[in-house]
Amino acid sequence: MNGIAVSTAINGDDIEFLCRPEETLLTVLRDRLGLMGAKEGCGTGDCGACSVRVDGRLVCSCLVLGAEVQGQVVETIEGMASGDSLHPLQEKFLEHAALQCGICTPGFLMAAKDLLERNPDPSEEEIRFGLAGNLCRCTGYDKIVRAVQDAAQVMRGDAA
Amino acid sequence: MHYSRPNSVAEAVNLLGGNTGNAFILAGGSDLLVRMKGGFVEPSLIVDIKAIAELRQIRATDKGFWIGAAVTCAELGESEMLRAAWPGVVEAANLIGSKQVQGRCTIAGNLCNASPAADSVPALVAAGARVHIVGPNGSRVTAVEDVPLSPGKTSLAPGEMVAAIELDERPAHASDAYIRFIPRTEMDIAVASAGINLTLDADGTIKTARVALGAVAPTVLRVDEAAEALVGTKLETAALERLAETCSAAARPIDDKRGTIAYRKSVVGVLAKRTAELAYKRARANS
Repeated sequence: MNGIAVSTAINGDDIEFLCRPEETLLTVLRDRLGLMGAKEGCGTGDCGACSVRVDGRLVCSCLVLGAEVQGQVVETIEGMASGDSLHPLQEKFLEHAALQCGICTPGFLMAAKDLLERNPDPSEEEIRFGLAGNLCRCTGYDKIVRAVQDAAQVMRGDAA
Repeated sequence: MHYSRPNSVAEAVNLLGGNTGNAFILAGGSDLLVRMKGGFVEPSLIVDIKAIAELRQIRATDKGFWIGAAVTCAELGESEMLRAAWPGVVEAANLIGSKQVQGRCTIAGNLCNASPAADSVPALVAAGARVHIVGPNGSRVTAVEDVPLSPGKTSLAPGEMVAAIELDERPAHASDAYIRFIPRTEMDIAVASAGINLTLDADGTIKTARVALGAVAPTVLRVDEAAEALVGTKLETAALERLAETCSAAARPIDDKRGTIAYRKSVVGVLAKRTAELAYKRARANS
């Protein structure tokens, strides 16, 4: 293929891929690299279903070109669990039934992880504002917010 | 389409100058990629400016602050120096989009997208910000309000790009604020907005004022008559009422799904009052 050669690190692995200049990071992840966790919802940066981190920043991978991640560090939902051990956020999403169809869940988990790493003890309002870039059309947000609050407590090492 | 990622401003300007087709600058991409996907633009060349070190910097200069064109709004919000000096500019920049968008979007992009409802632009106009533009004929500096010409159109010539936005340093007893109205609390586009920048005497009398309104005209509106209504006052009720009247009178909005003409004209006056009160309170606290 005639494409742009890109070297990057995804979830700790050095990865090289070729992509077309107009191809988004989301397309590269899903269609070239088989990382299907990030979802395409709106494709215009409104729904957050494609959330990943690039160089430590939460972004919509539908609004990043694949070519832009040359030399950058990419984190996706596939890197969230350690082997068979789920991340506390993943555990709490299951425990609180904070998902139904699951399309928005990888994006919510990535956004919640980013939020808690920046602010380990957010108020409910801070959680709601922090996750405002992620849309859920079936569960509603209360269970998601409660799961994040509960996970935050676990991650801080408070009893629970 | 070609994608390029130059390492210097000179290289970027060369790329833009050598391009005979439809070249676009890519900083955060939160407008450009949406427009590409929607088929509204078909770039022949994309110049990604994020590998140009000086465009990634926020730094203090002898006159104030340099904000490189590729600095994200999230980075502005994390700058203690800018938050202290220009809280109104930073709060406006931080209202753009979600956390995901904040990590990518830039105030230079917000300006060059030339939306009448751009949040950071009224705050920048109120702040008296200058735009550092580079192009085939060298560099020039212009006022922020001279960049947008009409919705989607800027005064940048072919081959020109914004390198940075510059803000003055802050004297004591001065501050700014930006408030917009949206029907929900987050993730929306301004129905109307106001940015106000004030400098006070030690006794609290307003020495200088700049007032700018968003989403009530084809471009950001600087309302000098509203600013004059504030100068020499301590923001008493009469001054606030005069501010609201002049802002409502200056507004020439459209009817659309976000609001009617009558509503926007009315609410922009209310927003201006609230914004002035917030800027005044901050300026009093900044001794």
